[in-house]
Amino acid sequence: MSPNLIAILPEIVLTLTAVLVMLADASLAPGKPRRLLGWVAILGAFAAGSFSLWQLRLVDASGPITAYSGTVQVDAFSVFFHLLIAAIVMVTLLGSLDYFAPPAAMAEHSETARLAYTHVGEYFALVLFGATGMMFMTCSVELLMVFIGLEISSISTYILAGFRKGQGVSAEAALKYFLLGSFATSFFLYGIALAFGATGSTSIAAIAAGMSTTHTPVLALLSVAMILIGIGFKVSAAPFHVWTPDVYQGAPAPVVGLMSTAPKAAAFAVLLRVLFNAVPTLRATWLPLILALSVASMFIGNLGALMQRDVKRLLAYSSIAHAGYLLAAFTSTHPEAVASACFYTAAYAAMNVGAFLVITELSGVDETMRTIDDFTGAAKSRPYLSGLLAFFLCSLIGIPFTAGFFGKFYVFSAAVHGGFTWLAVLGLLNSGIACFYYLRLMTALYSRPLHGEVRGAMARVTPSAALGLAFAGLATLALGIFPGPVLSLVQRAAPKTIPIISSAPSSSATASLTNGQ
Amino acid sequence: MVPIAYYLILAAILFSIGVAAFLIKRNVITIFMSIELMLNAVNLTFVAFAHMWHQVSGQIFVFFVMVVAAAEAAVGLAIIIALFRTRQTLSVDQINLLKD
Repeated sequence: MSPNLIAILPEIVLTLTAVLVMLADASLAPGKPRRLLGWVAILGAFAAGSFSLWQLRLVDASGPITAYSGTVQVDAFSVFFHLLIAAIVMVTLLGSLDYFAPPAAMAEHSETARLAYTHVGEYFALVLFGATGMMFMTCSVELLMVFIGLEISSISTYILAGFRKGQGVSAEAALKYFLLGSFATSFFLYGIALAFGATGSTSIAAIAAGMSTTHTPVLALLSVAMILIGIGFKVSAAPFHVWTPDVYQGAPAPVVGLMSTAPKAAAFAVLLRVLFNAVPTLRATWLPLILALSVASMFIGNLGALMQRDVKRLLAYSSIAHAGYLLAAFTSTHPEAVASACFYTAAYAAMNVGAFLVITELSGVDETMRTIDDFTGAAKSRPYLSGLLAFFLCSLIGIPFTAGFFGKFYVFSAAVHGGFTWLAVLGLLNSGIACFYYLRLMTALYSRPLHGEVRGAMARVTPSAALGLAFAGLATLALGIFPGPVLSLVQRAAPKTIPIISSAPSSSATASLTNGQ
Repeated sequence: MVPIAYYLILAAILFSIGVAAFLIKRNVITIFMSIELMLNAVNLTFVAFAHMWHQVSGQIFVFFVMVVAAAEAAVGLAIIIALFRTRQTLSVDQINLLKD
């Protein structure tokens, strides 16, 4: 096989599976069960993950693979994110196989469930298409490819956010996500355009080379700021977080689990590549911006979460805070910053996907349980699910023997090693604030029900959903007890761009800007 | 020949108009149009820089931006229609179900 095809094999597999699922969905009669399509999608994600592991062996043997004239680079960094995204997709799909009601019970299910069910095949395909885009974001070293990957992932998630068709809140969430997402994309694109103006290229290696010799440093600075704004929106870092609570509240719970982890991990991967590979020379400029984003996200996220009554909104604010913790890792120097940030994305993914899957199981497609009051006393009727949710919340707090603990530990020690002890102290302070609202939800679960009984969806947890939950729980536990294997992978992952022989733009072109000819 | 800076300033003004319209306008369709304006400002910047550097890659980027903008428009308008069907309004002031 040509190196080009080997380099994008996971993406090819995902795309083909998604197309297959869509075609099969179209050829099935409406009302026929589509659960099998979900399993096909899970198999596709599994195959993509396996091919990524195979790529890792090739990378170990003969160094990073570059393909398509240096636009795609497969290294330990991209493989790590490929595996993470594939795992998130598998768990999300396992958890949502039966999220949309099965046809036999259709009559007794709500209009929302029925409408969503007729499109469930598209749901599986869109998740895979989105994952393809995210994977492309992590393995591209050319900003054009990054942009296309970003859009593939974003457009798929816009649709997924509005998947509870016929419900006003879901459509509204999709609209808000779409409008603010596109707004952010425009900033990101403008940043790329200015970087192109400053260096004459959109390839990360060429930008890195051009940044030191550019005659227009103002353009370079503006481009970094614009790219930070664009990615800041995507990772929901304050002050670009306004969409997050609304979208997480309105979107279907399993989709929120997916879109609060996988696209964010991919966006952080892009940010790491851009900041540490393309513009390391401008560190003095972007470091204050990152510090501001990190501190603002931690405080706005945690203080905002204190005032929430809606559980999904609460977790949305918590996700803003976690973006702030993650950004703290960026203050360290190259290998450690990347390793701790990568580890945190994995830890956060495990616990957050898990938490949202539990909410999926508890409240069902109609989301009968919304506020903390609705969750009060859930432990009585759903002891296992409540216990699992409490465990994921413990991990989100950062209690030892959970993924969240090591995630925070590495991130804050990276900040200390970067010389920003005060940032680590602020982070720990914020973890203390965060305890309040996580513990409030936890105590609510184990209190006496407010309305006599809990109104949640009482459907039994299907074996596939239980498998997904078990996977998320075990991952959270494993990352908290044996972080070693993942840690050794992320420590190798620190991305290095291979300088490509670029058609170096002539310096006369720069002169024309200054001369204004 | 028109100096390159003129194109860049025009693009920056267009982009700013887009940002301002996005923040000020109350109709969803108009907000969506302002995003398109921002994207086209970016396209203009790309073309100007491509001309300056004598590099065709900037112009190729513009084609991809246009293709993606078309895809985004298809999805965006579909979402707007879905919203209109459930809410019978296109004013962002009345799209306010999601709040605490």
